[in-house]
Amino acid sequence: MMSFLGLAATGLPLRFSWAPWASNLAHAIGGFRVVLFFHKTFAVLLTLCFLLHLGYLAYLAFVRREKDVLWGPNSLVPQPKDLLDLLAHFRWFFWAGPKPRFDRFTYWEKFDYWAVFWGMAIIGTSGYVMWFSWFFALLVPGWLFNIALVIHSEEALLAVWFIFTIHFFNSHIRPEKFPMDLVIFTGRVSDEEMRGERPQEYRRLLREGGLKSIEADPPPLWLRNFGRIIGFSVISTGFLLFGLTLLAFLRA
Amino acid sequence: MSNSKRCEVVLVLALLLVAPWVAAGEELSNETCLACHGLEGFAGAEDRPLFVSAEAFADSVHGPFSCTGCHTDVGAVPHEETIKRPGPKVCAQCHGDVVAAYEQSIHGQATSNGASDAATCTSCHGPPHTMKRSTDPGSPVYQLALPRTCGLCHGDPELAKRHNIPVANAYQLYMDSIHGRALTRSGLLVAANCSSCHGSHDIRQRSDPESKVNRANVPSTCGTCHAGIAEAYFEGVHGRAFKDGNPIVPECADCHSAHAIARVDTDPWKLKILSECGNCHRQSLRTYRDTLHGQVTALGFTPTARCSDCHGSHRVFPASDPKSSISPVNLVATCQKCHPRANENFVLFSPHADPHDREKNPSLYYAAQMMHYLLIGVFAFFGMHTGLWLLRSLFESREPEEPRRTPSDDAAESEEE
Repeated sequence: MMSFLGLAATGLPLRFSWAPWASNLAHAIGGFRVVLFFHKTFAVLLTLCFLLHLGYLAYLAFVRREKDVLWGPNSLVPQPKDLLDLLAHFRWFFWAGPKPRFDRFTYWEKFDYWAVFWGMAIIGTSGYVMWFSWFFALLVPGWLFNIALVIHSEEALLAVWFIFTIHFFNSHIRPEKFPMDLVIFTGRVSDEEMRGERPQEYRRLLREGGLKSIEADPPPLWLRNFGRIIGFSVISTGFLLFGLTLLAFLRA
Repeated sequence: MSNSKRCEVVLVLALLLVAPWVAAGEELSNETCLACHGLEGFAGAEDRPLFVSAEAFADSVHGPFSCTGCHTDVGAVPHEETIKRPGPKVCAQCHGDVVAAYEQSIHGQATSNGASDAATCTSCHGPPHTMKRSTDPGSPVYQLALPRTCGLCHGDPELAKRHNIPVANAYQLYMDSIHGRALTRSGLLVAANCSSCHGSHDIRQRSDPESKVNRANVPSTCGTCHAGIAEAYFEGVHGRAFKDGNPIVPECADCHSAHAIARVDTDPWKLKILSECGNCHRQSLRTYRDTLHGQVTALGFTPTARCSDCHGSHRVFPASDPKSSISPVNLVATCQKCHPRANENFVLFSPHADPHDREKNPSLYYAAQMMHYLLIGVFAFFGMHTGLWLLRSLFESREPEEPRRTPSDDAAESEEE
């Protein structure tokens, strides 16, 4: 989360270099060299997170041979049910059917996951191509750097805007979650919320007897407050960056 | 006793003293004139000061000459009080060609058109009785003193308005310029002052083809000092087009300005010059802004390539010219100035690629289009999805759908199955 925001804050001023706030932000951070230094630092940090995640998945799938990482309700791999859920969700939007019974990962959460997954691969690769352009120039023609910049900046804009609008709404702002879902900080959801949001998983765990194993105490107040502080800062920073970039985008 | 009364007394006394030695028709000596005019406080009607310091006059450039050389209408003592203040015509007795040049100048024209505040000889050279050579540091037209003297008028916006002078604050701009600072802060005698560019007695309007600052004459005027730069300029594409009479190609002042010329190693200049190039090379500036080079400078930082870093500044050549720094034969070396490990592949990067130009940059065009539609697609779908969800959620009760289950329910359910 920190590296994502850091990358956004140090990358967006370049993308919207004509806007006064972009210049002010870049100067406030400490000048172009400092901006670039932080951008690269956060990039390495996020790359490490990404590689750690990949390593963890590989460990689960190939060492512990947990097949449900790759397929089934516990997997983030899209399932036929996701498409049905999507259609059912739309029917529910129009009062044409009941709310779909979501399992552990909803289709929009999977989209978020894969968007970030693909985004990190694309933005990361194009970023490293530009960072080490002298090295890549040994292998590929230089016009690829033109393409790398376009893809890097547009994909990053997509990622940033998506997170600051669609993801914020889906996961935090919508009435059921308002003002934010603290699960990322607490790691726990209430029984009631789980029944409302993920009835299928609730029922499945109930049936399989897994519900007992994930039972936990309610998160302590300090943890919830800690989450609220970080969460509010992130969401407000996100909205601020979204507002500024949208204005600059429309003015261009 | 009032001041004028006292003067009258002095006048009478003085006349009584000198009168015996002055015979009609005889040349008046300076001593004779100074017998009255050399008395401190000597004044005419309405307190008009008529005192001339004998010492200062002897020290002035005109010290060896007689009073009547300039005051030609004084033939005898005592004389009428109505004698005229000598003007340029009188100066012309000795300084004929200078005054002839002056009469053709904008100042001379204005004076003959009746402008009372236009510069005449003494406006610049100082009071006639203490006038110094222009090489004397005490002269108002001494190299280092001239800007202040011109600035008496050309730093006054009101005067500029009265006479339709396009640059109202030339003095202020000049004093802040590299020329002004070199002159006033470092006392550099080689630094350009007003007359270096505009001339002195023959100053003309910029629109006058004879003017040293007329567009056609600017490069040679600047080249008087900046000979090497002028040579480079005339070698380059801008200078050659200029020589051919191209009316829009930049001359020196188009990029460097006239009075506010700045040091070229300062950040504000380095950033401002980009838009000067962009005035004509609009498309190039636009595509430059799409690259990291252009984004960094747009944010206000300079450690990155600007127009002149790749194209050169005065010696600009088209890429097709092997002399050009961006000609294919020189491109690797040019990029290596900042990217030491740049190779043949590296320089295939286009610093001015236009993602909207399918002909020139097909791969970039399609990449940009793809990203464009990806963005539109994602936000169109999820925008709709989110909007519908929000509306629906606002109507939904927040009660969970699934009834609370207890382990006994669970047991019952498995029995049913």
